[in-house]
Amino acid sequence: MIHVIAFYLFAVMTVASGAITILSRNPVHSVLWLILAFFNAAGLMILVGAEFIAMLLVIVYVGAVAVLFLFVVMMLDIDFAELRAGFVRYFPFGALVAIVLLAEMVLGIGAYRAGSLTLGTPNGTAATPAGASNIEAIGALLYSRYLFLFEAAGIILLVAMIGAIVLTHRQRGGTRGQNVDKQNRRRPEEATFNVKPEVGKGVQL
Amino acid sequence: MIGVEHYVVVSSILFVLGVLGIFINRKNVIVILMSIELILLAVNINLVAFSAFLHDLTGQIFAMFVLTVAAGEAAVGLAILVIYFRGRGTIAVDDVNRMKG
Repeated sequence: MIHVIAFYLFAVMTVASGAITILSRNPVHSVLWLILAFFNAAGLMILVGAEFIAMLLVIVYVGAVAVLFLFVVMMLDIDFAELRAGFVRYFPFGALVAIVLLAEMVLGIGAYRAGSLTLGTPNGTAATPAGASNIEAIGALLYSRYLFLFEAAGIILLVAMIGAIVLTHRQRGGTRGQNVDKQNRRRPEEATFNVKPEVGKGVQL
Repeated sequence: MIGVEHYVVVSSILFVLGVLGIFINRKNVIVILMSIELILLAVNINLVAFSAFLHDLTGQIFAMFVLTVAAGEAAVGLAILVIYFRGRGTIAVDDVNRMKG
C-alpha cells in the first residue's frame, strides 16, 4: 500500500513540476522546478530498485546540470518578458503536436495492453545475481561487457568539456598577460648595465 | 499493484510535456534546453522501469549513457548560448537564421 501511495506521490509531483518548468515565466523558477522533477524521478527509480541510476540522477543533474543552468540564467542579462511574446501564438500548435504525440503513445500502450505486442524476454545474462546489490551488479556489468561503451562515454564527456571551453574561451585585448617566452629570452646583459656616475651629477637613463 | 504500464504513462506524459515546452517557448532557448532535459528524463524513466520489470540490467546501463550524453549536451548547448548572447545581446532564437558563416 505504501508503495502505491509513494508511486502516485512521486509520479504526480514529477509531472506537475515538469509542467510548471515549461510554463513558468521566470527561467530561474523553471530551473528550480526542473530540479524538483529530477528529485521525484529519482524517487520513482528508487521504488523499482534502481538506486544507482537514482543517485546518479541526483548527483549529475541536480548537482551539475541544474547548477550550470542556474549559472547561465543568472549570468546573462536577458529581458524575459520580451521572450514570452510568442507564447500565446505558439500554444495552439504546440498543444496540437503534444496531443497527437500523446494519442500515439496511448495507442501504443493500448496495443500492448490488448496483448498484440509482447515484450522481449531477457536471456538472463544481464540479470542481477542473487544476493548482489544493484550497484554491485551494475558495476560488474559495466566494467566487463560494457567496458568499451563506458570508455566511449568518457570520451564523449571529454569532448563536451573541451568543446565548451573552446567555445566560451575568449582572448581579450588590452590585458597585460604574462609572456613566458619573452621572460625566458631575457638575458642579464641586455637588461641591466652599470654606470659610474660622477659626484654631484645625475644619471641619464 | 504498480506495473510497468504506470511508469510508461508517467514517462510518456513527461515526454509530451517536454515536446510541448519546445513549442511554446520558441524564443527562449534556455527553456528549450530544459525541455530537452525533461525529454531525456522521460526516456530514462522508461529505460529504468523496463529494466527493473524485466529483471535485466542493460536498461539501467543504457540510462547511464543517456545521462552522459545529456550532461555533455547541456554543457555544449549552454556554451553555444553564452557565445550567442555575447555576439547578439539576446537569446531569442527565432532569428538565428540571420547568422552567417
